[in-house]
Amino acid sequence: MSSHALSFLVLAALATGTALAVVLHRNPVRSALYLVAHMLVLAALFLKLSAQFMAAVQVVIYAGAIMVLFLFTIMLLNLGAGEIERKRFSVGFISAVVIALVLAITILGGAVWHRGLMQIATPVRDLRMGGTAEAVGFALYDPELPWLFAFELTSVILLVAAVGAVVLAGRRR
Amino acid sequence: MQPPVDHYLFLSALLFCIGVAGVVTRRNPIVVLMCIELMLNAANLGFLALGHHLAKMAGQMYAIFVMAVAAGEVGIGLAIIVALFRTRETIDVDEVTELRL
Repeated sequence: MSSHALSFLVLAALATGTALAVVLHRNPVRSALYLVAHMLVLAALFLKLSAQFMAAVQVVIYAGAIMVLFLFTIMLLNLGAGEIERKRFSVGFISAVVIALVLAITILGGAVWHRGLMQIATPVRDLRMGGTAEAVGFALYDPELPWLFAFELTSVILLVAAVGAVVLAGRRR
Repeated sequence: MQPPVDHYLFLSALLFCIGVAGVVTRRNPIVVLMCIELMLNAANLGFLALGHHLAKMAGQMYAIFVMAVAAGEVGIGLAIIVALFRTRETIDVDEVTELRL
């Protein structure tokens, strides 16, 4: 087995394990910490896909900023473990698990059966620089490509989100 | 030799389904938000894997926009949870049913 395949298997196992830990842990703080680990494993997988800039963004924004926001909110609301998740195995819980299982079987079954993607030959690389910040910048700000307008619209989304968060969480009266 | 793109897509689908399971089973909205993050990250992995396979920058572009939208969504979601906790003193998603007909 090549080192590439081996590292993929190890990273995939780690990603699945940490994702399961996020879902299964009853303490939200532990869930958040496992989610940080999950983000870091995913950043390693992004590096394997030669998306270096995305890996750096994943670490800085997700594992850094967003998870700090999550932990800050958990601490602010002072939610202990098991305060909410008391009654398990109710009818709703079991039906929810069944729905999730059916969806998983459908999607994973489709992924297993439909293996036609491997036949598409990889075209001549126009991805010469991989995913460095330089390559991403050239693609993102190229007026010939459709990304520039969407990028400008993203700033509006973030502005609306910031204003909305202040309005929602700000003190009333 | 990279593992084939199918393996990445399979992993992406698996992580997405784990996220869905968390969203439908957990009752703490903060954990539900975290599981939505899991799903968005799984989608990002799929975008990047296909972008790498087809040698196009489009995969990474879409992943950037997914990340930006996810950042805004987390900000709004956590603000809603804080506002909810202020008015209700509970954030159990089964207790908060004002929008139910």
